[in-house]
Amino acid sequence: MAATLSTPTSSREAGKKAHAAPSRLFRRGAGDHDKAGPVAYVLLSVAALVSLFPLYWTFVAASNTGERVAQSPPPMFPSGELWTNISTAWDQADMGTALLNSTVVAGCVSLSTVLFSTLAGFAFAKLRFRGRNALLTLVVATMTIPPQLSVIPLYRIITKLDWGNHLQAVILPSLVAAFGVFFMRQFLSEALPFELIEAARVDGANSLRIIWHVVFPIARPAMAVLGMLVFVQSWNDFFWPFVVLTQQNPTVQVALSAIGGGSGHDINQAVIMTGALVGTLPLLLIFAVLGKHIVGGITSGAVKS
Amino acid sequence: MATHVRAEAPPARPSWRSRLYRFDLKASPYAFIAPFFLCFAAFGLFPLIWTGWLSLHYVDLLTPDVMEWKGFGNYTRLWSNDQFWTALRNTFTIGVISTVPQLLMALGLAHLLNYRMRGRGFFRVAILAPYATSIAAATLVFVQLFNPDYGFINWALGAIGIDHTQWYADTWPSQIAISTIVTWRWTGYNALIYLAAMQAVPKDLYEAASLDGANRWQQFTRITIPSIRPTIMFTIIVSTIGATQLFGEPMLFGGGVGVSGGSAHQFQTLSLYMYELGWPSRQLGRASAVAWTMLLILLLIGLVQFLITRYRKRHELGG
Repeated sequence: MAATLSTPTSSREAGKKAHAAPSRLFRRGAGDHDKAGPVAYVLLSVAALVSLFPLYWTFVAASNTGERVAQSPPPMFPSGELWTNISTAWDQADMGTALLNSTVVAGCVSLSTVLFSTLAGFAFAKLRFRGRNALLTLVVATMTIPPQLSVIPLYRIITKLDWGNHLQAVILPSLVAAFGVFFMRQFLSEALPFELIEAARVDGANSLRIIWHVVFPIARPAMAVLGMLVFVQSWNDFFWPFVVLTQQNPTVQVALSAIGGGSGHDINQAVIMTGALVGTLPLLLIFAVLGKHIVGGITSGAVKS
Repeated sequence: MATHVRAEAPPARPSWRSRLYRFDLKASPYAFIAPFFLCFAAFGLFPLIWTGWLSLHYVDLLTPDVMEWKGFGNYTRLWSNDQFWTALRNTFTIGVISTVPQLLMALGLAHLLNYRMRGRGFFRVAILAPYATSIAAATLVFVQLFNPDYGFINWALGAIGIDHTQWYADTWPSQIAISTIVTWRWTGYNALIYLAAMQAVPKDLYEAASLDGANRWQQFTRITIPSIRPTIMFTIIVSTIGATQLFGEPMLFGGGVGVSGGSAHQFQTLSLYMYELGWPSRQLGRASAVAWTMLLILLLIGLVQFLITRYRKRHELGG
């Protein structure tokens, strides 16, 4: 499956070959059961258009003047005001600090989540210990608790520690994620054979060596996907950073909420869109470069439940 | 596996090495799961219980150490307050009109993406792209697109003869607009999760069905849907949790910090109401009561989902 995913453009031929092998029934026309018809192309094109249009329009608005954006009909094509708008957005909110902060926060959170989730996922998938099933049920149950429930006491803890407006206030509560543990357990249950662990034990490897030399290499694709998902989620997190950080030391989302405004007519809408563009562009670039691998990682079964 | 390993260790007079080995076998699983549970205890469970304790008191945000015992006063006050019921109803309606179309469209898209076609990689990445957009950026863009005076959506609707719509001020239009943002961001992500599940469905099932003369729609409803039912349940649960916690979209759609969920609270959600009570109004006790009410509602929904699943299983096994 992974092979066909990594070369999706040639999937038509690859798919035919893969399907031709098991039986000759295809010759009678049954083989076309999974080939897309024109309706599928039209519907998917509409979906892709709807998905991409707001992103395109963000760029259009960010490169036009505020007056032009506030006219009807709205502009449909990019113009030359992008750099002016970017410098205005930089003046209104500290986008440089914000971008750096978001990178630090999302980087730390995804590294630690991937590391701890892999360790716990490995233990739940392949090791035997007392209370394993009960503890795993507990992990899944914690996914249902809304983060808002912990916000008020967490806020107290953070202010008591005098961490208000410091990045560790955002990083520490997100060091682990139940979703990640569940995700890695699902992946390692299938991808890691018991025999490999046994062989390593017979060779005298202790658990740490097994983690380093057996688990990590096998888990790498799932770790990459999980890291991406957590990075995106952490980069886009709004509620908690909004509560503990201020405009002096914001993440991108907190900074955006400062330039952002709703229906007011005195606000330069083009500058707001520029802020949105600056906050989204790093992730979109990552997606443009790694998109196929991310999608391939997700669809190759790492999140099957 | 364990017995196999134990047989190799000498039973009598355990050496230092084999004792170390046994300790490693016994202790390392707990060491591996410890970081998760320690962090959860510190930043999840402990605050959760503390919130419950706070909800029984009067507490001011500025003097959080002064707590005045209220018993269930915060809860009874909450439940006799119209704004709470409005927020609860809004959370429900916005949740339904965002989750239901979102998951249905995701199912359809996953089915289409599962076909052999040209440009499949492009379509998959394009449909996932909104997921990379933050709540703040997406909401700001849609605030522009939904602007009643010069926004793209009213302009496009006007072109096909639909009247000027007040997307900010009226209840249903504003809730539809917010649901649109949620749906836009999450449909592609759910579609890929469904696609992952669909790819695990054995191909011979479809081959057999198409030989039996089943058309694509019948294959979709009779093979695909039943095969991925656990994944569908998973996404329903996750989306329900997400809908209950909806905060950023209505917050930013209202135009920043001052206005909370619209001039008449027409799109104020429970999370937003909690924030309004706890921060701008400084009443942490009442905000905690909202938070615990949210947890109780989620537990209730979870219980109902569990009972439905159990009932369906029995029903299907019986009939």
